Amino acid sequence: MKNETIKKRSLHRRAFLKTMGASSTVLMAPNLIRPLMAMEKLNVAAIYTLPVEQQWISRIHKAAVFLQDQGMINYDFSENISNTDYERAMREFSEGDYDLIVGEVFGLEQASRQVAFDYPDKAYLMGSSFLPDDNSPQNFAVFDNYIQDASYLTGIIAGALTKSKIIGMVGGYPIPEVNRLMNAFKAGAHEMQPDIEFKVAFIGSWYDPPKAKETAFAQIDAGADVMYAERFGVSDAAQERGIPAIGNVIDTQPDYPDTVVASALWHFEPTLTAAVEAVKAGTFIADNYGVYSYMKHGGCSLAPLGTWEGKVPQEALDLVAQRESEIKAGSYTVTIDDNDPTTTG
Amino acid sequence: MEALEILLSASFWIATIRIASPLIFATMGELLCERAGVLNLGIEGIMTAGAFAGWYTVYAGGDLWLGVAVAALTGMMFGLIHGFLTVPLGLSQHVTGIGTTLLATSITYFIYRVLLPQETSPPKIDPFAPLPIPFLSEIPLIGQALFAQTPLTYLAFILVGTIAWILNRTPAGTAIRAVGENPAAVESQGISVTLVRMSAVAVGSALMAVGGAFLTMSAFNSFFFEMINGRGWVCIALVVFGSWKPGKALLGAILFAAFDAYQVRLQSVVGNVVPYQVFLMMPYVLSILALIVMSRRAGYPKALMIPYLKGER
Repeated sequence: MKNETIKKRSLHRRAFLKTMGASSTVLMAPNLIRPLMAMEKLNVAAIYTLPVEQQWISRIHKAAVFLQDQGMINYDFSENISNTDYERAMREFSEGDYDLIVGEVFGLEQASRQVAFDYPDKAYLMGSSFLPDDNSPQNFAVFDNYIQDASYLTGIIAGALTKSKIIGMVGGYPIPEVNRLMNAFKAGAHEMQPDIEFKVAFIGSWYDPPKAKETAFAQIDAGADVMYAERFGVSDAAQERGIPAIGNVIDTQPDYPDTVVASALWHFEPTLTAAVEAVKAGTFIADNYGVYSYMKHGGCSLAPLGTWEGKVPQEALDLVAQRESEIKAGSYTVTIDDNDPTTTG
Repeated sequence: MEALEILLSASFWIATIRIASPLIFATMGELLCERAGVLNLGIEGIMTAGAFAGWYTVYAGGDLWLGVAVAALTGMMFGLIHGFLTVPLGLSQHVTGIGTTLLATSITYFIYRVLLPQETSPPKIDPFAPLPIPFLSEIPLIGQALFAQTPLTYLAFILVGTIAWILNRTPAGTAIRAVGENPAAVESQGISVTLVRMSAVAVGSALMAVGGAFLTMSAFNSFFFEMINGRGWVCIALVVFGSWKPGKALLGAILFAAFDAYQVRLQSVVGNVVPYQVFLMMPYVLSILALIVMSRRAGYPKALMIPYLKGER
């Protein structure tokens, strides 16, 4: 069925290109990715290793759907593609009539770059742990959720809320994109109370909420009275025990109104918009799009306090407001620390 | 010192029993299949299907117990597929079992996506709430652990006794054990080996599915892809650990769960000294060690994995 739609669309586009005489623009492009006419929609495909429910992926999906609704792109996606099958999916979409392919290659860094070499006229925007260098394909740009700015701000709030001075943190795996947010969060919490201790645990899975919940219970039993909810399941434990939790990447407050105080939100829209515009203009190169997740680019933000309005100490909110404007102005930089966070104290 | 104090906290034992519950259901299911001579590697997929079916029934407006029943029926259906291929057709139980797992898992994901195409965060249900039993739940340490759990956990413990009773004290149990040891002898008594094995696999698979449903309806309140996360495979090992005996298998499940509950607590105590992977590995390593000790005298069903074809010598 997928192939059928691809075929249909390519026929349409071919007819369109013929009438517009746009095929000649290929020669004008500085690289092999041909620029599009301003009115033409970009065909974007996304390949995800997990379902679009997953927090991290949901942000990319949301941004793509948003751009589609704006009329900027046509959007197709495949979800739950395992790493071992990922290259096949990449090649299949590359064979199709897509201009930009978005995804995540944390599990197949080398193989995915080979695909990009093989399809030099396609643009790739991939979540990756490596930055582009001289040896990487020129049509392969990378991104990641560099939302340490927002994580740092949530840390300030958490630091003001803990009375036992113990904060529990449950993560999936200690990989850079998890670590840098946890470390920024810790730095934020220490701004309020420098003697806060952290209980850190990893569950060795992205998707095991019952286990994340058990792990959170263990930390709460050990004295934690604020939880950093990196995984699904942690907020559930916090809710059952009546303690606050800090959300990550997505806003979970609607699901846990009395539990989730603040969340560090990731907005993928600036990243995707930048890439789409670059492809349209024919200027897409192997760049680090991770910077578009910074707060000054609107790539991350602190979720509104909502139900917690008025329950967070004012001095914390003052510091949050101060740091937020400093970060946006560029006068304060949150340190990017990719080291594995561990239990302290 | 703090590491040992964990063992004396009530919350540790509560967590242990909670973690053990889904394992107990699935282990009993696998045990029933294997005692009848059929290895059921479909367990992981059947648990996934059960987790989804039970949860979705409740999400769609059904009662919690109806959800459990639907999960059991779903498991039974996959059990019948596995049974049909391995019992009357006598196909390889390993290959069929893996196939059943892949089939059940994929169909579950497919149905999930068809039913809930636009979800950005999986919907939640009101799961089983803990039901403390008066007086008993007030016993220090074990009271909370054993008698302040959700109804499904009580059911899991009752199930162990029931399975043990059926296997050892009833004619049906004798038939099940016999088809797992010497099917030809059973056939000579005029009892259909196919019928007994198929029934055991169907009922066993239903129990596995309820084990999966425990995760979405009691331990947690929504369904996620991949959330079974290898628990089914653990149950296969637990059956061996328990030497195919319900009581011992129960012990194994509790032991494994205790290791797991212990490691998540230990991570927060000495996590700065030892890498977290060591803790995650702990329940499995200790289980393997226990398996080595226990299985030396394990009496496995003699006809396990041997298809019985009527009239064949």
